[in-house]
Amino acid sequence: MSDTTAALPGEVVTHTLVQEVAMPGGAGTMALVTLDNGLDHTRPNTFGPAWIAELGATVAALAARAVAGEIQAVGITGKPFIFAVGADLSGVPAVTERAQASEIARAGHAAFAAIMDLPVPTFAFVNGAAMGGGVEVSLACDYRTISSGVPALALPETFLGLVPGWGGCWLLPNLVGPARALTVIIENPMNTNKMLKGPEAFRLGIADAMFEPADFLVRSVTWAAGVVTGDIVVERPEVPRDEATWESAVAAARMLVDLKTAGRSPAPLRALELVRAARTATRDEGFAAEDAALGDLLMGDELRAGLYAFDLVQKRAKRPAGAPSAALARPVTKVGIVGAGLMAGQLALLFARQLGVPVVMTDLDEDRVAKGVGYVHGEIAGLLGKGRIGPDKASFLTGLVSGSTSKDGFADADFVIEAVFEEMSVKQQVFAEVEAVVGPQCVLASNTSSLSLTEMASGLAHPERVVGFHFFNPVAVMPLLEIIPGERTDEAALATAFATGKALKKTTILVKDSPSFIVNRLLGRFMGEFSKVVDEGTPAQVADEAVSGLAPMPPFVLLGLVGPAIALHNSETLHRAFGDRFYVSPTLQRMVQAKKTGYYQWGPDGKPVPDPEVLALAVSPDRPVELTSAQVRERVLSALAEEVSMMLDEGVAQAPMDIDLAMITGAGFQFWNGGLTPLLDREGISEAVRGRRFLPPGAASVPVGVPA
Amino acid sequence: MPRTVHDVVFVDGVRTPFGRAGEKGMYAETRADDLVVACIRELLRRNPSLPPERVEEVAVAATTQIGDQGLTLGRLAGLLSGLPTSTPGYSIDRMCAGAMTAVTTTAASIGVGAIDIAVAGGVEHMGRHPMGEQVDPNPRIVAERLVDPSALVMGKTAENLHDRFPHLTKARADAYAVRSQDKTQAAYAAGRIQPDLVPVATRHVSAGWGIATVDEPPRPGTTLQDLAALKTPFRSHGNVTAGNAAGLNDGATACLLASAEAAAELGLTAKMRLVSYAFVGVEPEVMGVGPVPATEKALAKAGLTIDDIGLFEVNEAFAVQVLAFLDHFGLADDDPRVNEYGGAIAVGHPLASSGVRLMANLAAQFAEHPEVRYGLTTMCIGIGMGGTVIWENPQHADYGKEH
Repeated sequence: MSDTTAALPGEVVTHTLVQEVAMPGGAGTMALVTLDNGLDHTRPNTFGPAWIAELGATVAALAARAVAGEIQAVGITGKPFIFAVGADLSGVPAVTERAQASEIARAGHAAFAAIMDLPVPTFAFVNGAAMGGGVEVSLACDYRTISSGVPALALPETFLGLVPGWGGCWLLPNLVGPARALTVIIENPMNTNKMLKGPEAFRLGIADAMFEPADFLVRSVTWAAGVVTGDIVVERPEVPRDEATWESAVAAARMLVDLKTAGRSPAPLRALELVRAARTATRDEGFAAEDAALGDLLMGDELRAGLYAFDLVQKRAKRPAGAPSAALARPVTKVGIVGAGLMAGQLALLFARQLGVPVVMTDLDEDRVAKGVGYVHGEIAGLLGKGRIGPDKASFLTGLVSGSTSKDGFADADFVIEAVFEEMSVKQQVFAEVEAVVGPQCVLASNTSSLSLTEMASGLAHPERVVGFHFFNPVAVMPLLEIIPGERTDEAALATAFATGKALKKTTILVKDSPSFIVNRLLGRFMGEFSKVVDEGTPAQVADEAVSGLAPMPPFVLLGLVGPAIALHNSETLHRAFGDRFYVSPTLQRMVQAKKTGYYQWGPDGKPVPDPEVLALAVSPDRPVELTSAQVRERVLSALAEEVSMMLDEGVAQAPMDIDLAMITGAGFQFWNGGLTPLLDREGISEAVRGRRFLPPGAASVPVGVPA
Repeated sequence: MPRTVHDVVFVDGVRTPFGRAGEKGMYAETRADDLVVACIRELLRRNPSLPPERVEEVAVAATTQIGDQGLTLGRLAGLLSGLPTSTPGYSIDRMCAGAMTAVTTTAASIGVGAIDIAVAGGVEHMGRHPMGEQVDPNPRIVAERLVDPSALVMGKTAENLHDRFPHLTKARADAYAVRSQDKTQAAYAAGRIQPDLVPVATRHVSAGWGIATVDEPPRPGTTLQDLAALKTPFRSHGNVTAGNAAGLNDGATACLLASAEAAAELGLTAKMRLVSYAFVGVEPEVMGVGPVPATEKALAKAGLTIDDIGLFEVNEAFAVQVLAFLDHFGLADDDPRVNEYGGAIAVGHPLASSGVRLMANLAAQFAEHPEVRYGLTTMCIGIGMGGTVIWENPQHADYGKEH
């Protein structure tokens, strides 16, 4: 007997509990299966090998009873608020052999096929959150009801680096058609892992009936009884079977995948193939193809990196390494913001909404103040207009945010953040003015992206309360908040900064006071090396191809987004601080002088086209060096590996995990690369550049060579 | 100008199946408020011509108002049932007659014209909230002998009744109990009870979800020999046993009341018309006698005599207390007009809920007996009270005419 049916280490087993239920209307007896791991909703039902084994045994017993005429239907439902959220992927690191992976896939298929083969009608009553294998269990049933209160239904596998491999890729398109199936299998995961609510899933045709949460189970069983007796006839829209419709749906999804992954993540591409094949594949063929896909992907580095990244974002993000004890944090009951520009406005809105405390904005003159406060009030009105907040809330938030040219309103503030011009003397001046007004324990925070906090605090009477508090643009979207103590910053101020960051719902990372901190330093190195390669003679398209899939967009598109002036400023700051390895592109300098807003323009077909004026400005080397795509990749990645290595040696970041978490949450770097360091390890760059990997084998990669 | 009094009609009544209290009972892991919510939603579903926003009050009774029976249960249950936020609600307590009092209180509101339509009911989850949970009797009760200590133990009050009426023997009580079980079984077989039962999803962490569709407490086929063998826990060699009394139970009930005009306006069927009601206090140590003076008073208010009553629903907290009632009014122990569908001895008595069970039964019986013009629902109440409501049958030829 294969021991892959034994629980993987740490499997919290979800049980399949069976009770008999009398169906109304003479429909007979239903065997109602409850999926329950015995814990409350904070530990949702997850699936592992032990669950598969138990499910198989339960279904076999039900099959016998059905044949004997003892039961007339089978229902499957979950525990309060949770149906099932899929396979527990924390066991994946223990999967070290392809045979293990394939066996898990096959065992799941066998158990689900047994459900499909039961000789009585089967019903899934989706009462709560359902993801991955949880959704697939419901698809294996003949019919589904769903609660209108279900908060999340999804097949998020391709987001992590897998495919819905327990029947989802074959069952779902054959149930709702290829386009709707791909919405769930590809589109939602590619769009920041969006999930469906109950009514949306019902509209897509994933469920045949929907009932309210208050009496969902009783309503569902009553409905099921009607289906069993034939009083209720379930009608579903016909699924188109022609190749053209399927190809068109797959092609549309493929475009999105290419846009989001540049083809660098195998999982969504594999899912597309499976869905395409599902048009004509038999169940056995479809399931076998899924087995192969799961085997390949589970043993692929991209998935392991994806799980590593997921873990960072779910766990490490919530417990920042190196942060002082939260008990030391001081309460923040009023906030001051120096500056009333766009960034300051975004910050004011964030602080008001998340902290619910008064926020005072200041700037140099009345006009600027009015504009800044007006922007925030306008945003609040916009939220009200979209129905995101109610009128009482809008009134409350609007009242929280005020402005003045005087800093006197900061007197009772507990936290003042400056978002003024990025120049040391200006910031020092601002801090001195603020210090004259606030109490000695008020935290003085700076949104600086590159300047030294130690130096910024040096002239103050109480430098220990100064801390860097660096947000990323757009503030409402990017989760990262770099927190940078100066040399003299004390624990209380630092703890207050972390607590405030947490209250703002940001991912906080401790960074050592150093130029451009983590993200902008690495982006600076990345952009610098890339620009150098292009300035030296490699065509931009070749260079783009080389680094595709690393950042969420090609470097010169990123340049346009950030703005050439800012990019140049960052580049020059880093060059001053660290020397020539941070290349300052003359092309970029000229672009800024000519006030160009970016490298690309957008053509009539929506595709980016290099701005001819920029091309004219571009550096034209005497002896152009044209690298191949592979050479560019090696060069750029090596530069990054070198920089990461130095940053770790210098203590800029506590560990490679913080580098990766920062690049994921601050620059949108990709899950399947684990952010950055797993990619560098995977392509052998780390070993080539620094003699050793950043992460141990198996941490974000398949543990090759580890005994099973 | 005196105020106009509106006629109040009973439109519909439902209940959850009743369960046995305790760890092994079917409702052991089910919340009390969820039981009430199931009833309210069923009422709305069964009366689709009633727009939910027309429900102007939700009165829910529970004896022990803490935990899932607290937090102003009537208000919460309304919100949890999906009634609009504009429908208010309140909680009520008169021990065993909680639901009955919810009915009379909201009926009075309707009668006086304050509201047109109300939901009234009760719940008791005696497994989660045993009788007497968190009570703190005032020491003066004992010091001034205001109430005999035996009055706080319901079983002892039943023994006291046997003392007061020695001709009401254990044998008669046991015989009555057997008939209650038999009549309940027959009523199930004839499909009389099921129409007003609301199925409820029951949670069991270690066994999986179930659905309650029938009462758990009945013991069909109970014989006199079975009952004779039972212990008498309230008195050595006494009379009262677990077999000739209602058990400890979980369950909920709810009914829909309306002014006659509103019922007509909304196309709601009137199954009963409220004629009169009365609550009267009696000596707490013989609380079982409560239905007698309460019935006398209600009859007097209605200008009726006991001979005018054609159907009776008497709560069976204890067989002896029913016998005391029948004895007083000269009715035989096995009078067929009394508790046609059996009673609490078989199906159980979740304290505050029972009043509406009696009413739903009577309403069904009215439909089958158009020759009966008046019926009554009556119950004894802990700490010495009785409550009675007299109803008129809309199916009777003389309905609505002067008596």
